[in-house]
Amino acid sequence: MNRIVVDPITRIEGHLRIEAKVENGKIVDAYSSSTMVRGMEKIVEGRDPRDVWAFVQRACGVCTTVHAIASIRTVEDALDIVVPPNAEIARNLITISHAIQDHVIHFYHLHALDWVDVTKVLEADPKATSEIAQSISKWPNSSPGYFADVKARVKKLVDSGQLGIFTNGYWGHPAMKLPPEVNLLAVAHYLEALEWQKEIIKVHTILGGKNPHPHFLVGGMASPINLDDAGGLNAERLAYIKHLLKQAHKFVNEVYVPDLMAIASFYKDWGAIGESKFKNYLAYGDLPTDNYRNPSSFKWPGGIILNGDLSKVHPIDLENTSEIQEFVYKAWYDYSVGKDKGLHPYEGETNIHYTGPEPPYEYLDVEKEYSFIKTPRWKGMPMEVGPLSRMLIGYASGKEEYKEVIDWALKTLDVPVNVLFSTLGRTAARGLETKLLADWGLEFIDQLLANIKAGDTRMANMEKWDPSTWPDEAKGVGYMEAPRGGLAHWIVIKNQKTERYQMVVPTTWNAGPRDPKGQMSPYESALLGTPIADPANPVEILRTIHSFDPCLACAVHLYDKHGNHVGRISIDTGCAI
Amino acid sequence: MTTSQQKETYLDALLERGYSRRDFMKFVTFITAYMGLEHSMVSQVAKALETKKRIPVIWEHFQECTGCTESFIRSDHPIVADIILDSISLDYTDTLMAAAGHNAESAKQKSMKENYGKYILIVEGAVPTKDGGVYCTIAGRTAVDILKESAAGAAAIITFGSCSAYGGVQAAYPNPTGSVPVDAIIKDKPIIKVPGCPPISEVMTGVVIHYAVFGTIPELDSIGRPKQFYGKRVHDSCYRRPYFDAGLFAESYDSEEAKKGYCLYKLGCRGPVTYNACGFMEWNNGVSFPIKSGYPCIGCSENNFWDNGPFQERLVNISGFGIEATADKIGKVVLGVAAGGAALHAIATNVLKRKEIKESIESGMENEKHLNS
Repeated sequence: MNRIVVDPITRIEGHLRIEAKVENGKIVDAYSSSTMVRGMEKIVEGRDPRDVWAFVQRACGVCTTVHAIASIRTVEDALDIVVPPNAEIARNLITISHAIQDHVIHFYHLHALDWVDVTKVLEADPKATSEIAQSISKWPNSSPGYFADVKARVKKLVDSGQLGIFTNGYWGHPAMKLPPEVNLLAVAHYLEALEWQKEIIKVHTILGGKNPHPHFLVGGMASPINLDDAGGLNAERLAYIKHLLKQAHKFVNEVYVPDLMAIASFYKDWGAIGESKFKNYLAYGDLPTDNYRNPSSFKWPGGIILNGDLSKVHPIDLENTSEIQEFVYKAWYDYSVGKDKGLHPYEGETNIHYTGPEPPYEYLDVEKEYSFIKTPRWKGMPMEVGPLSRMLIGYASGKEEYKEVIDWALKTLDVPVNVLFSTLGRTAARGLETKLLADWGLEFIDQLLANIKAGDTRMANMEKWDPSTWPDEAKGVGYMEAPRGGLAHWIVIKNQKTERYQMVVPTTWNAGPRDPKGQMSPYESALLGTPIADPANPVEILRTIHSFDPCLACAVHLYDKHGNHVGRISIDTGCAI
Repeated sequence: MTTSQQKETYLDALLERGYSRRDFMKFVTFITAYMGLEHSMVSQVAKALETKKRIPVIWEHFQECTGCTESFIRSDHPIVADIILDSISLDYTDTLMAAAGHNAESAKQKSMKENYGKYILIVEGAVPTKDGGVYCTIAGRTAVDILKESAAGAAAIITFGSCSAYGGVQAAYPNPTGSVPVDAIIKDKPIIKVPGCPPISEVMTGVVIHYAVFGTIPELDSIGRPKQFYGKRVHDSCYRRPYFDAGLFAESYDSEEAKKGYCLYKLGCRGPVTYNACGFMEWNNGVSFPIKSGYPCIGCSENNFWDNGPFQERLVNISGFGIEATADKIGKVVLGVAAGGAALHAIATNVLKRKEIKESIESGMENEKHLNS
């Protein structure tokens, strides 16, 4: 028995540790552990609910915006505030531009170095790379001279002896399969994508003032529409947004998606590796074309797929206390009801109790608790969230555009549909989703322009801004689809202050430790059976873990140092979801 | 992998471009004189130029959200690829490096050993100190332990973001994990504070490039912030300042006044007490900044801004500033605390403009009475 420890898992957000047991060249057991905690929910207690978005937004700066949007929706749900259509669209544009940017960064900067051998670039023929590039895309940066310059740049770096971020990479590893020319193509686009990602995100700067961490407003958006003054969104600002979305559309369709398909064609074996054991997929849904309160209008439909059965999408109710529950069986927390019970977020407790080894340590004691992440379950079952879940739910819901891109990808790669349930499937789904997002971005900006043309310039509903208009007690739930999957927040407001706040985030679903039944969450179960060619350089672990796009700071934010009992809240009001 | 052990140096660069070793020595003689050094220093200068490497940088991530790294890669000038390929050697960073686990840790150890006393340490995130530091561990070691080790061989430390500079969101009340900023632990190194949540991209790369190009730490104010970026209040460089001076305020979001771009002071804007470059550099290569997009500043580059709330409350209503204080009086109080060249400059400017400001404050207060009634 050989236990491999990978800590830190790099090229992710946050602090993740994987311990895996390897026998006969394959992983037979795996443990996923988050090793950092801050205490967001505790920190927002007692604060003005209209401020909470800013605090919880800092749960993550990679998925910046997502917690802010979930939070303002949560407060709006509690206070029964309906935002104007233009604000709904503006939020969609923020979600879409962010998801596109985040997926591109994930592919090139967080995931690619698991598949691309940077040093092999030195063996590439730039002319041959140019031919490949021109055969798969009409993207203009594709001349032999262009690729020769990139090759020279890599050579200069290698010759300097200072490899910087490429030091000790998995170069020359037997699992690396790309020909030198494709490696050169990928490295050239690594650099281009790094430069391009700062452009699309300017949609946030226009609508929210800055990125990372743009500003938001309970009740709508604070960026007003005024075609006759520089104080708000005028023709220039709106044209700027459209220009950025068009640029993004081009980059996604001419660089990201062709590269994804080209690289995937060399790694089809990964279509049979990395399937999460239960094949249960969850999405709350998002991107309303009508209103957030009308889920049937969502571009991203919500629902649940069980056991890989694409013939049925099950409904989900975020307020039903017997559906979503969090467990702490193997996590560094205590529950007053006992460690084997699950609690709905409205009843949740966050009493930290670290029982791990005293640092510095070599191994975690996985027979005891081993992570700062709780373990969420839907009706007791583990769920996978993320782009793959959304694409499967869209597909199973019979949405034509989903079917079109998925069928196209399967046909192009010449692989069967069950390949979707894998490491390769997860990575491909992210790219296909980006293709849809690029289309939708253009649809939404046109819808915004049409609304303004028709005379609707409202951006915020301020009727309930003043806390004196609020009931003494209110509670609500808000959700959205973050790049990494379904995200939901729950709030209880009492006497105009935040009484309780709970967040169940995408990486919590995917990365949680085992539950009382011993069931593994997706990270752990997806690693089972993964081949490990060289235990000292386990790049295969990175491939599967990165295919989920981990975001650990999001996943861990709970804390109550002194084990204070957090009172239960009975559910007696209905909220429109 | 196999790599050439040869380092690219100024000498290599000259040889590559067809110059001879003799040309190189002429250049060295010239540059030595230019730098005002004794002729006997020629050989030392030549040695330095022959062995000049990209500046090694170790980037630690502790209790953070990675928003500072995200901001860093948004930089427009220079673009981040040029920095990491041409100016610095980013030898350790969780977010971007190819290697993971022990491969990543050994890369860091090697760089810190080879470049002892010469590397720049960048810290993103705060450091939890409660209960032996168990609330942030990497590779089985606590953040406190790692920080002490990485700081020991650093030439200087740059704290990117309000978390490593001041403690940040995790240090907000009740600070559950006992989070502290870097300077609460490291006392014997120069620390450049680059606060903000996150800081502006070009401010971050600007600080790094200043060091890479000029070989010096930029001039800092009394609390360690580079003056070139943190010498002005957002209020002083805000394009909406004339509305403040004229007493024209937005009282609600999406109102007629908000649509006209009036001052956001009454909606809680922290511009009058916040030192940052947002007003004159703006964000994401000058596209906008929160106030320009209609949102009040929340003061994210100031110490303890999370607990200086609620953000919706305008400054005069916040305890500590006095109920009847005006924004300019608040500004002076804060300026007094910050002290320094920029502060003196601002005060001098205000003195010159005193009559004008007095009038505008009076009209602003008149306006406020009207709004409050």
